[in-house]
Amino acid sequence: MNESANKSNGNPEREIVIVIRKMHKWYGQFHVLKDINLNVERGEKIVICGPSGSGKSTLIRCINRLEEHQDGEIIVDGTELTNDLKNVELVRREVGMVFQHFNLFPHLTVLDNCTLAPIWVRKEPREEAEATAMEYLERVKIPDQANKFPGQLSGGQQQRVAIARSLCMKPRVMLFDEPTSALDPEMIKEVLDVMIELAKGGMTMLCVTHEMGFAKTVADRVIFMDEGEIIEQNKPHEFFDNPQHDRTKLFLSQILNH
Amino acid sequence: MEQSAYKPGEHPNLPPPSNTVGPIAWVRANLISSPTNIVLTVLSIWFLYEIIPATLEWAFMDAAFTGESRDECRAKAGGACWAFIGERFNLFTYGFYPADERWRIDLAFVLLCVALLPVLWDRCPFRKYGLYFACAFPFISGWLLLGGFGLMPVDTDEFGGFMLTLVIGVTGITFSLPIGIILALGRQSDMPIVRVFSIWFIEFFRGVPLITLLFVASTMLNYFLPTGTTFDLLLRVLIMVTLFASAYMAEVIRGGLQALPRGQYEAADSMGLKYWTSMRLIILPQALKISIPGIVNTFIGLYKDTTLVIIIGLLDPLGVGRSSLADTKWTGLSNEMYLFVAIFFFISCFGMSRYSLYLEKKLATGYER
Ligand SMILES: Nc1ncnc2c1ncn2[C@@H]1O[C@H](COP(=O)(O)OP(=O)(O)O)[C@@H](O)[C@H]1O
Ligand SMILES: [Mg+2]
Repeated sequence: MNESANKSNGNPEREIVIVIRKMHKWYGQFHVLKDINLNVERGEKIVICGPSGSGKSTLIRCINRLEEHQDGEIIVDGTELTNDLKNVELVRREVGMVFQHFNLFPHLTVLDNCTLAPIWVRKEPREEAEATAMEYLERVKIPDQANKFPGQLSGGQQQRVAIARSLCMKPRVMLFDEPTSALDPEMIKEVLDVMIELAKGGMTMLCVTHEMGFAKTVADRVIFMDEGEIIEQNKPHEFFDNPQHDRTKLFLSQILNH
Repeated sequence: MEQSAYKPGEHPNLPPPSNTVGPIAWVRANLISSPTNIVLTVLSIWFLYEIIPATLEWAFMDAAFTGESRDECRAKAGGACWAFIGERFNLFTYGFYPADERWRIDLAFVLLCVALLPVLWDRCPFRKYGLYFACAFPFISGWLLLGGFGLMPVDTDEFGGFMLTLVIGVTGITFSLPIGIILALGRQSDMPIVRVFSIWFIEFFRGVPLITLLFVASTMLNYFLPTGTTFDLLLRVLIMVTLFASAYMAEVIRGGLQALPRGQYEAADSMGLKYWTSMRLIILPQALKISIPGIVNTFIGLYKDTTLVIIIGLLDPLGVGRSSLADTKWTGLSNEMYLFVAIFFFISCFGMSRYSLYLEKKLATGYER
């Protein structure tokens, strides 16, 4: 068991960043995640899909302990997530998260949003943090908005700021929870482009999304979840062209023919 | 179909039609827009016509500004007798503070204004040093008012009038905000002891009338304290008023904390910020901003509640006024006295209210969608 956990599924020499073993989670009596086993390699891009309410958000929120799991183990970059606050902080430092509703801090400028964590968590000097922030804002193509407040930006711009904000912490893993589903159609592409760039740069990414085009372009693996279980996982073309499970077929037919 | 004057894609930006801007448009939109509106406008004008001239007549045209007693005033004019206020002005302002030492109160008041400037105005020159001074102000003013260390000691029994109102009001306002914040955070804490303590503290102080607390402060505490300890009455009152206001403050701020979307807490957590850092930099700035109207409401309530100390024998402006009315020279001039005190309170409270509006405007960032 231990043996297999420390090796990847097909690529034994690559390093494993996230290990999830026999993990269960309940909300009160409700068994929301059931026996989740998942290893993520460094640099791997994983897309998680599944019907609404299947536990996708809960799963990736367990990885930075926004939600607590009750059984099994989650090890991120060698640190096991337990009640020990130190470990939790250690993991959160290394794991960036992008939310569906951006969750930018509306009372801070775009630049301050980006420098806050580097300054207060990583204890970087302000000048250095600002230089890094400008670099990442440039990379998400909005350096000219640095001194505006989030409320003055469009949704797509806000989400790109949110991505830049996470990147400023130089995370080893990025989690995305439906980053484009609150956006108007014409803004989805600008955000996906940024994410594709990021993927090309070798970032380890776990991404809950229904953008199947994105999954086909960047994903190394697509995971399908339903009712709290991982039903099926496969390489993207296998997953889309040759789904094994009936529920996967049903789901794919629903989202591809809408 | 009617033809547009411009080709598609070439329509310029035009000014709005002239009948929608300017004073006439304003009158039309605001005073006579509907039959109900017309009736209300007419009624208001009639009401103002009845009230304003009579008031002006009483307060200024037909008022006596000098005189040694009520009878002298009445002999001169039938309206207000402001000579009464004039003669008692020092009593209203300083209470029974020794006359030779009153400069200390004046100085403390000036320093209060100096200390408030950097706190209230974020672009004040030398703000950083101003804030240091503001932190030192309570100690400096305490020394000025109480004496000792080279100044003649003055007993708190001799405090009174507007100066007493300011002492209680400013102390209560200064301390109730931080205590309220701590209680509000405590009430949301994961630690059961902290949470239960906060809840009971808030419920107790909010559930008991302030007058009761003041009575407890003035009499009952003596039973609990070891005999022989002297524990200044004013200090007890300050503590009670502060705790009372803190309980309200805590609930106001809790409202603000709950109004924040959960995503703000999650974003802060997901970046690895520690609890106090995320509270200080992310949660509280937003929660306090949302709570400004409620916070200022509590401040104003506290400020006006200072008049309750009359019950336990402290002479606030109303107390001074009542005792002055008891003077046979000035009996029957309660209109003047209450109006004068009301104006003092109104100016202070209106000032706070306007400042809160200014602050809300200033803190508004972008438009929420
Ligand atoms: N805080 C919570 N308390 C109780 N139930 C929850 C909570 N959050 C989510 N759930 C439930 O857990 C299930 C999975 O939620 P979620 O992970 O958000 O699904 P998904 O992201 O796949 O749509 C849903 O049925 C949802 O109603
Ligand atoms: Mg979700």
